Amino acid sequence: MRRLFQFHGGVHLKEHKKDATVQPVQPARLPKQLVLPLQQHIGEPAEPIVKPGDKVLKGQLIARPGNTVSAPVHASSSGTVTAITDHPVSHPSHLNAPCIIIDTDGEERWITNKPAVANYHQLTPEEIRQHVRDAGIVGMGGAGFPSHIKLNPDDHVVDTLILNGAECEPYITCDEMLLRERALEVIVGLRIMRYALQAKRCIIGVENNKPKAIRALDEQVRNTGADFIEVVPVPTVYPTGGEKQLIQVLTGKEVPAGGLPMDIGVVCHNVGTAYAVYRAIEFGEPLISRYVTIAGSVAHARNLEVLIGTPVIDLIEECGGNPNTLSRVILGGPMMGIALHDVRIPATKTTNCVLVNSTIGDVPLASRGKAAMPCIRCGLCAAACPVDLLPQQLYWYAHAKDFDRIQDFHLFDCIECGCCDYVCPSHLPLVHYYRYAKTEIWALQEERRHADIARQRHQFREQRLEREKREKQERHKKKRAALKPAGDKADEAKKAAIQAAMERAKAKREAAQPKNVDNLTPEQQAKIREAEARRAQGKTEQQDNTP
Amino acid sequence: MKLDTSSSPFIHSGANITGMMLRVCLALVPAIIAYTWFFGWGLCINIFIAVSTAVAAEALMLRIRQRPLKPFLSDGSAVVTGLLLAFCLPPFSPWWITVMGAAFAIVVAKQLYGGLGYNPFNPAMVGYVMLLISFPLEMTQWVPPNIVNQLQIGFIDTLKIIFFGEYPYTLSIDALSMATPLDTVKTELGLNVTVSEIVQGNAIFGDFAGVGWEWVGNWILLGGVWLIYKRIIGWQIPLALMGSLFTIAFFFFMLDPDTYPSPMFHLFGGATLLAAFFIATDPVSASTTPFGRILYGAGIGILIYVIRTWGSYPDGVAFAVLLMNMAAPTIDYYTQPRVYGHSKDEPHGGEH
Repeated sequence: MRRLFQFHGGVHLKEHKKDATVQPVQPARLPKQLVLPLQQHIGEPAEPIVKPGDKVLKGQLIARPGNTVSAPVHASSSGTVTAITDHPVSHPSHLNAPCIIIDTDGEERWITNKPAVANYHQLTPEEIRQHVRDAGIVGMGGAGFPSHIKLNPDDHVVDTLILNGAECEPYITCDEMLLRERALEVIVGLRIMRYALQAKRCIIGVENNKPKAIRALDEQVRNTGADFIEVVPVPTVYPTGGEKQLIQVLTGKEVPAGGLPMDIGVVCHNVGTAYAVYRAIEFGEPLISRYVTIAGSVAHARNLEVLIGTPVIDLIEECGGNPNTLSRVILGGPMMGIALHDVRIPATKTTNCVLVNSTIGDVPLASRGKAAMPCIRCGLCAAACPVDLLPQQLYWYAHAKDFDRIQDFHLFDCIECGCCDYVCPSHLPLVHYYRYAKTEIWALQEERRHADIARQRHQFREQRLEREKREKQERHKKKRAALKPAGDKADEAKKAAIQAAMERAKAKREAAQPKNVDNLTPEQQAKIREAEARRAQGKTEQQDNTP
Repeated sequence: MKLDTSSSPFIHSGANITGMMLRVCLALVPAIIAYTWFFGWGLCINIFIAVSTAVAAEALMLRIRQRPLKPFLSDGSAVVTGLLLAFCLPPFSPWWITVMGAAFAIVVAKQLYGGLGYNPFNPAMVGYVMLLISFPLEMTQWVPPNIVNQLQIGFIDTLKIIFFGEYPYTLSIDALSMATPLDTVKTELGLNVTVSEIVQGNAIFGDFAGVGWEWVGNWILLGGVWLIYKRIIGWQIPLALMGSLFTIAFFFFMLDPDTYPSPMFHLFGGATLLAAFFIATDPVSASTTPFGRILYGAGIGILIYVIRTWGSYPDGVAFAVLLMNMAAPTIDYYTQPRVYGHSKDEPHGGEH
């Protein structure tokens, strides 16, 4: 039995998982229209390679990845591309995003050139990553990070590959149903991933409230004789399904701040991703469908295998939800999901749950009170925080807009799990405050970056002006130097004229005044002349020496 | 169709401040009953006066500050303040003492600082200290245990005492009142009497501390443990407070049992247990980090001992709590927990 560890805090939530796990999973009805966002992942959006009017087949590549951190998009069914346009998507700010709209033809015709592969061992790890990339597989637990990057160990040695089947949020049961129904496929997918990563061992972590899933996995691990795979039931505490938390529970190690799990020799993938990898490698199928839980105020809560791009309203109607009485539609779980502003928003690669609230009938969610009270610093939030933050202090500084201090308290280590919010007796929308602070800080950093660029530009300009000024001066100097000989001649002519004038004046003076040398002997006169000549010579020498 | 698009999380535990305050009050009920058994109806009447005054003062200040009345009156915080203050007053205090204390606590210590969640000091203790300093005579007129039963001072008699100062049997408060065990020990120690002589020679001393008081202490302890179990308060402050007080008292007791009363006397004497579970645990004015709360509680425990032993007041709970209230922000700053993924020796916080 593996020794398990605990993460700090966490909360026990009412599970609400029974309803949707009664019926087996079935494919959802084919929607009339598919809406495929170009960005269903973290990174660069994909670039469309079809145009309106094009006929597409199921599984056909319709948008290629933007760069390395990106993922392609495939047609989930056959039909006609009607538009490539901005369409409502699940976005916290209700922004529209470019989507490829396909009107389905109902024929579900597959592309014929699927790269089917019999045995993954025939491929190199690099080839597997390429296949995974070509299949458009992204992390299906919710983050949507392109999976081929997380299957590349680079220069790390991967000790443990963890498959995350914890699924800790209430209502969501898609991973549980996948494990119950497709345990073998998930395990094969895991083995492919292990091969790509050259990982030593694998752990599948499943919360102990899913005994059927755990049994199914155990059975398949036994059948396949994969002794390097360990199925580990973990305690049901929210948010065990958080990547960092599950790693901590299973290994006792913490992912260093600002680092990646790979830094501690761990890689963590979602069970749905493993299944998608299996489909991609064994059948050459791109990621065009996934398991989605439809729960809440619907007549038949259940899991459906949903084509990527199916509008959520189609799913709600299929499960007996009344479109006229919807009060809230949450994509994801009640702790971390996004409340949609439009029911035409499609299910994407990362959609695990559609949680429906209705204005009539049962109210399944006991939500936070509308009127928040002041924080009384009771510390229940700090006790519940799985990352050991002080949410009350973060709130205080977010409220005061002290964005420097809030980072001292490690705002950016917050995983937005919502535990603090859930337990707050003052009903403060704490996570909302942290998101706000993060957004503001990002905006400030962006502003600072722009300011830095502007300052740099300004400095460059100053330097350039300075240089130009210097160059100009130097040019002038050179020019002057070139003109100098002419100037000297003019000066000399002037000096000569002055000299001549002075001599003339002197001669006049001498002529007018009696000379004390008049009555001298010729010898004396000769001496005087000599002396005069010497003096004159010295003078001219002196003059020559003066620059 | 208008969809609700508020942000996650969408569910809540249902906990609220009113519920927390209500449980704090509930946890005190057994102690109130025990207190009434030993010391008469005075406490109940004082509670009524203090709570009414506190709520009225809260309403008045909310109106003046133009804050909504309903959520802030129904949060129950003013009720708890009144309740705790009344618990600290001598049972036969004149009504105006209680009114002034409660009003001061709410108006000055709480509302002038911004109301619920913004008061740096424990309001009940601010009210108490104001009374202790301003009206030292009235604040030390305690009655011995069981005297109300011996003299059969009933509810109406107590009302008359509190509101009109009319004592039955032409008694006066001077005749009725008596020093508390802590006070007795302090005074007599000053007269070079040993602790054991003091305790043996006085009927107010029971097994650990004062007769009656120690029973009230038991029920406070029980109520406090229930609050910890219900996660209304953390274990850190009570345990650290009692632990540090016990340790330091034990040390001096072992040094010289004639000069220093036993650690149990300190634990069950005076307002130690009330402070540990109900006063120091006021979240608003206490430290808020887990380790900070241990330091905070320990600090109060040590200060209580220091003030009782070497200070000029027989009990030091209120001063100890207020002094540590001042230290709470600094304690919080230096006791941030190690955040996931950060190393232990990593300097947390910026340069401030």
